[in-house]
Amino acid sequence: MSETRFTDDHEWARLEGELIVVGITNYAQEQLGDIVFVELPNVGSTVEQGQEAAVIESVKAAGDVKSPVTGSIAEVNETLVDHPEMVNQDPAGEGWFYKVAPADPAEMDDLLDETAYDNLLAGLE
Amino acid sequence: MDDPAAHLQQTALYELHQSLGARIVPFAGYHMPLNYPPGIIKEHRHTRTSASLFDVSHMGQIRIHGAGAIETLESLMPIDLSTVEPGQQRYNFLTNSNGGIVDDLMISRFDDYWQLIVNAANKMKDLELITTACGSRTTVDYQHDAALIALQGPAASTILSRHSPQTASLPFMHHGQFEINGIPCSVSRSGYTGEDGFEISVSNSHAIALAQNLLAHPEVEAAGLGCRDSLRLEAGLCLHGNDINEETSPLEANLLWAISPDRRVNGKRPGKFPGDARILKEMKSPPIQCRVGLRPEGKIAVRPPAALFTETGVESGLVTSGSFGPSVEGPIAMGYVKRDLSALGTRHHTKVRGNPIILTVVDLPFVAHNYHRRQ
Repeated sequence: MSETRFTDDHEWARLEGELIVVGITNYAQEQLGDIVFVELPNVGSTVEQGQEAAVIESVKAAGDVKSPVTGSIAEVNETLVDHPEMVNQDPAGEGWFYKVAPADPAEMDDLLDETAYDNLLAGLE
Repeated sequence: MDDPAAHLQQTALYELHQSLGARIVPFAGYHMPLNYPPGIIKEHRHTRTSASLFDVSHMGQIRIHGAGAIETLESLMPIDLSTVEPGQQRYNFLTNSNGGIVDDLMISRFDDYWQLIVNAANKMKDLELITTACGSRTTVDYQHDAALIALQGPAASTILSRHSPQTASLPFMHHGQFEINGIPCSVSRSGYTGEDGFEISVSNSHAIALAQNLLAHPEVEAAGLGCRDSLRLEAGLCLHGNDINEETSPLEANLLWAISPDRRVNGKRPGKFPGDARILKEMKSPPIQCRVGLRPEGKIAVRPPAALFTETGVESGLVTSGSFGPSVEGPIAMGYVKRDLSALGTRHHTKVRGNPIILTVVDLPFVAHNYHRRQ
């Protein structure tokens, strides 16, 4: 499996073949609490690095997922429509949000590696 | 800038919350548990099916003593205290001169004093209001040393009666003094979840021991303020600051039932409380807006302060509470709509993040109350 990268906004991104898979981190799901609704982007739509690409609603509040990379949405995780709790249960795996065909795969280099992200989390404790 | 968190107070149960792994958030000047590791939805459903323990010690407990107590309290609230016996409790509110609601509260009669349980965010304001209204024959005393623990859910009575069998016969909205494992407690059969349950006032020094005694029962789990809010919304109960405030009147809020008959427009001694002109007038000619339950179609929660519109785009109301109802298993909301658009089944429209959503006026509560009423 290729290396997972992170944003300082608590999304993760991982290259799988030609596509980049995007989700939220375990820290993010813990902060949100029970997730009850996920609003996914449309397949074929364009997302931009750092811009809102999806919406997550917990019991208490709505939050957004900012896309770690720019590109075109190739696939979304339809399972989350009926099972948003998957994001709480397996944020780094089955709880992925979408796959994007990146406009510039080098954008991944802008993101944090695991060590840098862990340091970020340590600073939040 | 001062760090606001630095000024937050802790309740007597703070260390227990920490040891239980609570997510602690600032709320009304206190460090309070939002939820524990199971999360809001599990805590909510556990309360509806078994029993949950809530720390509500942030709420204010105020005692009013003296020969002038009834006179003082009746000058501030639309209530007839002559009909309240020792051991009984009522829901009521402090009103302002414009007929708005300063705070909603529970008032209990004890043998030689009255006790108010008021909202945390309003307690200092309430205390000042009551103190100002006191003549020489009334004294007010804020219970700094008391914690308040709510045990809520269908199993609450079975559990509490293991410690104190007499509590089982306490009817809804009644209270008494009981010993729980040797700890003196003031117990009322009430709460704000729509379920049967108790609110237990106990000295700070005994609070952790009492909470641990109750949590030792396998049926009881700790629950935080997150699910307290979703439970009260499903139960159709108002949250002061959201659904009622200094602008909204009791009539707009559909709280006429809480105003004692004698203090109503056709009562034996109508009015003579702050804002009586507006409140009595609204009893004769209803206000243009009223509080209703709203059920959004689909899965998106409509949260306050979402404006509501008619199909043709005319503003028709405002959402004042809205969330996901874990027992309803969908979004639920409460708000104010124009009276001529408040009939059950009336459709209102809004947009959330650009998504058009229809909300239908529905009966409150969303989940039937399960109170232990006297037969």
